[in-house]
Amino acid sequence: MIWEAVKLAVQAIFRNALRSFLTVLGIVIGVSAVIAMVTVGQGSTEQVTADVEKLGTNVLMVMPGQDAMQGGPATTAIQQFNIRDNEALQEQLAIVDISAPLSFSRARAVFGNENRRTDIIGTDNRYFEAARWEVAIGRVFEPSEIQSGKPVCVLGETVRKSLFGYADPVGETIRIKTLSCTVIGLLQSKGASTFGSDQDDFVIMPIKAFQRRIAGNTDVSTLYLSVHEGVSTDRAKEEIERFMREIRHIGANEDDDFTVMDMKQISTMLSGITDILTGLLSAVAAVSLLVGGIGIMNIMLVSVTERTREIGIRLAIGAQARQVLTQFLVEAIVLSLIGGLIGVVLGLVLGFVGAQMLAVPFAPEPGVVLLAFAFSFAVGVIFGYFPARRAANLDPIEALRRE
Amino acid sequence: MAESTGKNALIDLRGISRVYGEGETEVRALDGIDLAIDEGEFVAIMGPSGSGKSTAMNVIGCLDSPTSGTYLFDGVEVANLTRDQRALLRRHYLGFIFQGYNLIARSSALHNVELPLIYKGMPRAERIRAATAALEKVGLAHRDHHDPSELSGGQQQRVAIARALAGNPRVVLADEPTGNLDTTRSIEIMEVLRDLNRNEGLTIVMVTHEDDMAQFADRLVWMVDGRIESDSPTQRAA
Ligand SMILES: Nc1ncnc2c1ncn2[C@@H]1O[C@H](COP(=O)(O)OP(=O)(O)O)[C@@H](O)[C@H]1O
Ligand SMILES: [Mg+2]
Repeated sequence: MIWEAVKLAVQAIFRNALRSFLTVLGIVIGVSAVIAMVTVGQGSTEQVTADVEKLGTNVLMVMPGQDAMQGGPATTAIQQFNIRDNEALQEQLAIVDISAPLSFSRARAVFGNENRRTDIIGTDNRYFEAARWEVAIGRVFEPSEIQSGKPVCVLGETVRKSLFGYADPVGETIRIKTLSCTVIGLLQSKGASTFGSDQDDFVIMPIKAFQRRIAGNTDVSTLYLSVHEGVSTDRAKEEIERFMREIRHIGANEDDDFTVMDMKQISTMLSGITDILTGLLSAVAAVSLLVGGIGIMNIMLVSVTERTREIGIRLAIGAQARQVLTQFLVEAIVLSLIGGLIGVVLGLVLGFVGAQMLAVPFAPEPGVVLLAFAFSFAVGVIFGYFPARRAANLDPIEALRRE
Repeated sequence: MAESTGKNALIDLRGISRVYGEGETEVRALDGIDLAIDEGEFVAIMGPSGSGKSTAMNVIGCLDSPTSGTYLFDGVEVANLTRDQRALLRRHYLGFIFQGYNLIARSSALHNVELPLIYKGMPRAERIRAATAALEKVGLAHRDHHDPSELSGGQQQRVAIARALAGNPRVVLADEPTGNLDTTRSIEIMEVLRDLNRNEGLTIVMVTHEDDMAQFADRLVWMVDGRIESDSPTQRAA
């Protein structure tokens, strides 16, 4: 009987193929959007994880405040780090191989008629080592330049291209805010990361120069650490946390006022605020499935009205209410599942195209595909029930009299 | 004597009333009807428009329940069955033929005839055999894959007869089966029904407006204002 109902439903749906297609459009759009976004998102995460792993799995970052994970800006109330924190980590904590101080700002770099808004980073040579940057042209900083905070800088490939084209920038002077800065080196490109974020878009200068001339304070915004080979991430985090609490004088029952992130967390952060993405996806999915469901309910009510006589015939020859209910419910479910199927296929195609465009792996998620079908099924049941009930409760005499 | 004694009647209505509405607008479509029909009878019901013929057919066909009275079908009280119980009764014991054919559009003749068998839960192969046999009985075996829209009115009505027969019912109820057909087609339909009654002993209750068609039956029931005014053998049977 169910099989008969499914066959009947498919017939009824294809009898009005165009109308059926328009009806399921809401579900198609919702499901395909979710599948495409999840597929691309998953591919991006894989890409970022791969990128980050290239840096080495022994890298950690320490940031001031507790909301660094949410990507929010550190508020002024939060006590920033300073250069002594970095040196303490470097010298006193045995598991630390390299500790590099980092400070950032967004500013415009100008050369001649060209200019580019970019990340200005203040640090020292330890950062190049910990983050595995290689020099393409020129050199990194001299110890004396770091000591005195000399206005010299090393460029990322993107900034070079934008200010100098393919010309050799070494020896030229660029201007950042009021600071005239001599270019001493160019770093080898790491290429675009996932989500299109450009990893080569920065100007690096000695941290003293940055603090004095760009930031106007002595803060250090991030400590970039690499720990010795063979130290587990958990142990490293634990020791760093303990050490930081000590040097920042945090009482036994006070919370940390800093965050230590390992590679996995860093990659999550870099891959773009996963929680927000998930929330957004859920909202898109919910709204479009609701719209799709109302579409299905509407068309099923029309269908019940149009087929009143047919329902009357079925009831007269001995169909029970339950059987008519099943027939129309199955029709709504099949309709909805067809929408889900088209949506999944379309979503995978879009996900594939998107992955190609962003140059990330094509990573379809079987779980999400199954979930899409489950939701389509549920939409069919929920929104098909009311019209099906209406059909089942028709009076056969009345229904047969209807034109 | 055409009138049944009622003792072993297949259909036995006693004091059946069917009232629509209440108070001022009350309509007594059936007003205390006694009617007994034996197995194998071919009964025609006639009467002026609005006299309650269709209402009577609906009650007999268990599409409707009477407001009061007793209805014994094969000795079993069925006047107060639930909706679903009446559906089962129709499914297993009753066949319907309507004035407007009432075939399902865009569905082949064969599928239309199969429909009651699907609800009976008959396996597909057996169903097709039974439906084909029913179409053969009405002389339409060669048209089994045609849609209703590809068939003439007479052919459509024969498909409807096949559908009513397919489930092997105890009674076939036909409400003005020739109402939409010209005389030649009407006579063809009546001949099909008469043959089924004579050769297979099928019990038939039929409403008609035309005396010529009523003459195919054995017995004629005249209704006026929701009551039976006369009940006698037709000229043919007499
Ligand atoms: N659903 C209904 N509601 C109210 N009155 C009805 C309904 N069905 C039939 N009637 C009334 O009952 C009477 C008998 O109707 P019907 O049995 O259809 O007559 P016939 O078939 O003999 O022409 C008529 O007066 C008709 O108006
Ligand atoms: Mg009538």
